[in-house]
Amino acid sequence: MSVAAESAFQILQSAFVVLAAPLLMGWVNMCRAWLQNRSAPSILLPYFTIGKLFHKDAVIAARASPLFRLTPYVLFGCMWLAGGIVPVLAVDLPFAPTADIIALVGVFALARVFSALAAMDIGTSFGGLGARREMLIGFLAEPAMLMTLFTAAFISGSTQLTTIVVSLAHREFAIYPSLAFAAVAFAMVLLAENARIPVDNPTTHLELTMVHEAMILEYSARHLALIEWAAAIKLFAYATIGIALFAPWGIADGGNWAALPVAVGALALKLFLFGAGLALLETLLAKLRLFLVPEFLSGAFLLAVLGMLTHFLVRG
Amino acid sequence: MSQSLSGQLVNLLAAFLLLLAFEMLSQRRILTLIRLLAWQGAALAASTLIVAYSTGQTHLYFSAVLTLVLKVILIPWVLHRLIDQLHVRWDVETLINIPTTMLIGIGLVIFAFALAAPISEMASTITRSTLGIALASVLLSFLTMIVRRKAVPQVIGFLAMENGLFFAATSATYGMPLVVELGVALDVLVGTFIFGIFFFHIREQFDSLDIRHMEKLKED
Repeated sequence: MSVAAESAFQILQSAFVVLAAPLLMGWVNMCRAWLQNRSAPSILLPYFTIGKLFHKDAVIAARASPLFRLTPYVLFGCMWLAGGIVPVLAVDLPFAPTADIIALVGVFALARVFSALAAMDIGTSFGGLGARREMLIGFLAEPAMLMTLFTAAFISGSTQLTTIVVSLAHREFAIYPSLAFAAVAFAMVLLAENARIPVDNPTTHLELTMVHEAMILEYSARHLALIEWAAAIKLFAYATIGIALFAPWGIADGGNWAALPVAVGALALKLFLFGAGLALLETLLAKLRLFLVPEFLSGAFLLAVLGMLTHFLVRG
Repeated sequence: MSQSLSGQLVNLLAAFLLLLAFEMLSQRRILTLIRLLAWQGAALAASTLIVAYSTGQTHLYFSAVLTLVLKVILIPWVLHRLIDQLHVRWDVETLINIPTTMLIGIGLVIFAFALAAPISEMASTITRSTLGIALASVLLSFLTMIVRRKAVPQVIGFLAMENGLFFAATSATYGMPLVVELGVALDVLVGTFIFGIFFFHIREQFDSLDIRHMEKLKED
């Protein structure tokens, strides 16, 4: 396959991730509204919100440092980068070999560090509170995430995400108990990292419960729009990492235009199910007290470790 | 069903069993503990059924049905009635906090896996790789019994340990002879009833099901 075709594919995939991410967010919100017997907002609402925010004038605290202004762009850039690395529509893209799963976790960590720093930059009590909670959750979630990814890496023998996807997608059908463990652990990490309900409530502004919201309270207009968009891309990226690791069927080869419709269709179906499942999970679960979050995440870590152990035991 | 697929299904159910053992270790509520015990029984019955089907051992069908009736329906029902009559729906107290317990649990799993690995190498049954998991769930149930303070969760831990042993028997030798299994099943059932009677006696004596009171027995 020619380099030009692959590059075009890469650009297309990156653009697709950025543009489709708010749609996934809208779909999750819609499902959640239905499950809670509310009439659902339009699936396009996240786009409207982002568009509205872009048209407003930004208000920035007088003492804010350049870091505060920079952070939204860093967040957005990190998430976009992540969306470029993860095999969403195709494997073997030119961008993929630049980073493996460990670097991907690092990209997410970079975004987290910046948002925590920006939250503390203004010096309000809410910002510091949110930053501390976010770092607590982050440092517990990261080892669990790495362990989950290592389980998949052990099965396929590589930490390159594309290699993992290729080897998992083209094998004969087999049930891996270790992957089942890893999938559950990954789901728990996904909930924690994306500020979803058992760990953090994305729609609340209550001091006792908010984590992510507390950090971005000082942002407005285009900065807030970028942060919201980045959050949507993060959810999308996590969902596609999950799909790539645990349900990689139907993904196209890089530069293979003929396989593109199938890949888009398969991805849309999987994300449709993912969004509905996430909304169902969020409706069924109750928000945990903050002091129970370490327990929740140590559970995720434990599952990931168990997955790795079972892989070594149940190889035959 | 091909040999490899049934083997994989048994492996998956074994992993599920281990997961449930960990869940039990981390539970705070008796009602959920009982539900998890029932689920463990269901996983056990399903895996026994698969082993029976794929190896053609007809007596395993009986033991699968026996497991289903006894461990999924009868014992949870008895336990439900017991906790209703004792009004102890919510109290589970642990001696060590739960994350520490989980870490100890991981250590136990590693120990069990390391112990079972050389045995699994020599075995030839389709379920050979699940021996480590069976051993691990026995040890985890043991830990559940150790770290609980109240009598009812301890008994549930005991029943879970029996589940693990049963699974070990299935995975190592395709189950015990039917007579032995019938005997064990009856013993467990009778044991549950006797435990129920004990609960009432303990509560009558100490006004609580906390077994720490029993340590003071000599002094009075």
